[in-house]
Amino acid sequence: MGSVTLQFLQQIVNGLSLGSIYALIALGYTMVYGIIKLINFAHGDIMMVGAYVGWFATTTLHLSFLPALVLAMMASAILGVLIERIAYKPLRNVIRIASLITAIGVSLFLEYGGMLLVTPQVRTYPPVFPDTIYNIGGIIVKYGDIVMIVTSIILMVLLHVIVQYTKIGKAMRAVSFDTEAALLMGINVNNTISATFAIGSGLAAAAGVLMGVYFNTIDPLMGIIPGLKAFVAAVLGGIGIIPGAMVGGVFLGLTESLVSGLGWSTWRDAVAFLILILVLIVKPSGLFGKNIREKV
Amino acid sequence: MLVLEDINVYYGAIHALKGISFEVNQGEIVTLIGSNGAGKSTSLKTISGLLRPKKGKITFKGENLANIAPQSIVANGISQVPEGRHVFANMTVIENLELGAYLRKDKAGVKQDLKRVYELFPRLLERSSQLSGTLSGGEQQMLAMGRALMSKPQLLLLDEPSMGLAPIFVKQIFSIIKEINSSGTTILLVEQNAHMALSIANRAYVLETGKIVLSGDSQKLAASEEVRRAYLGG
Ligand SMILES: Nc1ncnc2c1ncn2[C@@H]1O[C@H](COP(=O)(O)OP(=O)(O)O)[C@@H](O)[C@H]1O
Ligand SMILES: [Mg+2]
Repeated sequence: MGSVTLQFLQQIVNGLSLGSIYALIALGYTMVYGIIKLINFAHGDIMMVGAYVGWFATTTLHLSFLPALVLAMMASAILGVLIERIAYKPLRNVIRIASLITAIGVSLFLEYGGMLLVTPQVRTYPPVFPDTIYNIGGIIVKYGDIVMIVTSIILMVLLHVIVQYTKIGKAMRAVSFDTEAALLMGINVNNTISATFAIGSGLAAAAGVLMGVYFNTIDPLMGIIPGLKAFVAAVLGGIGIIPGAMVGGVFLGLTESLVSGLGWSTWRDAVAFLILILVLIVKPSGLFGKNIREKV
Repeated sequence: MLVLEDINVYYGAIHALKGISFEVNQGEIVTLIGSNGAGKSTSLKTISGLLRPKKGKITFKGENLANIAPQSIVANGISQVPEGRHVFANMTVIENLELGAYLRKDKAGVKQDLKRVYELFPRLLERSSQLSGTLSGGEQQMLAMGRALMSKPQLLLLDEPSMGLAPIFVKQIFSIIKEINSSGTTILLVEQNAHMALSIANRAYVLETGKIVLSGDSQKLAASEEVRRAYLGG
């Protein structure tokens, strides 16, 4: 294989790893938006909290990857539910900008509260996995890449099953589509919104742990950039649309990797936001979005 | 069965229901007629707990419904087919029907009621795995009614089921309403189509700008000069 092709395939592998993280975070953004029409700016920070819980679980508690992942997801799920109940729920029926500003407040609270609690010091994740490297015809695939991609795929399949086939998943879709009609079915809307925050935050925590494992270091402000990127991914796929978030995340990860691979890594972040601007100009409803919501 | 006493409902400063009182007895079809903006939908939303009365009392089978959550009202046996149908267009017909039975735990009973809904509306069976957004208006109305029946209600609230439908569908829908009633479900029917509503109802109330102005036996009301002039076009 030519070295250009190899380079390209190498960046695809890197891009899929990065993209699966963006996708996991983007799912929470999109689910929360779908159900209460709020951009939860604190979502990236919930991911950060997940990363810290995972770090604590692997260092202090000496847990292995899987239990640490589950613990982090549960902790963030609870955090997400509490944030919604305490900060967003009282503002549900007032002007939208109030909850947006509150979301920014919650984000800052988690970032700087986190600094107080765990200090701004960068922490290092212990080596959870063997640093085995597979050389597949010249393409370098790290053990971590495989874990990242496989974990993300499993979580997304799980999410799909929950949303499509379980009672709570159907309730989530019903409330997202038409809250008043959902109430008439006897669906408990508050509990359904809580479940959405729990699932979205749990997925973000999984992304946080994976980032810690993959990039080794975490800090209280680590959620900001991936949070923004995942927001771009969610908008790209069509905010509120679950498959859109998955595709948007992977697409963004691939684009960034390819841009880096071309030697323009300094442009990596700029490209993400360029994509956001283009989407907003060309098709604000995103790749999977309909331009107008049908009202029958 | 259902009793409203001096119900007052506001939208902000708008006083939409100005002290209305009426009742629905077990087994009846009662209709609430009135022109656009009279407060018919507001009445049904208040009964379902989507709106809260500022003043007044609603009791169902002797139990006070004020301040209980919409899901408990459904659990108590009141189900509503809202104006404009509000089917979940992004879900299939069968998913919509299953959501109607959201609170029920008796799997066998749900299965039986699903069968019954398909008997009432054979169209829905043909289209059960189709997205409900692709159904015609008449079919969506059938779906909304089937969905409401899936909760096995004792009282069914219907908000303008004939709205926007072709005459042939209107006839069909009304005959099905009668059929639902004769199998034991009490019905509160809101309509602008006063003629059709009065023809199937036992009793009627006439609502005008948030107040009940007339009430009585529907045959008598249909014959009365006032109703004929205002609602029956002559
Ligand atoms: N969401 C709302 N906000 C403000 N006013 C409303 C709202 N819904 C209804 N209204 C007002 O309340 C009155 C009764 O409306 P409604 O119950 O929908 O009438 P109907 O169903 O008889 O046509 C109308 O004057 C209408 O403008
Ligand atoms: Mg109405």
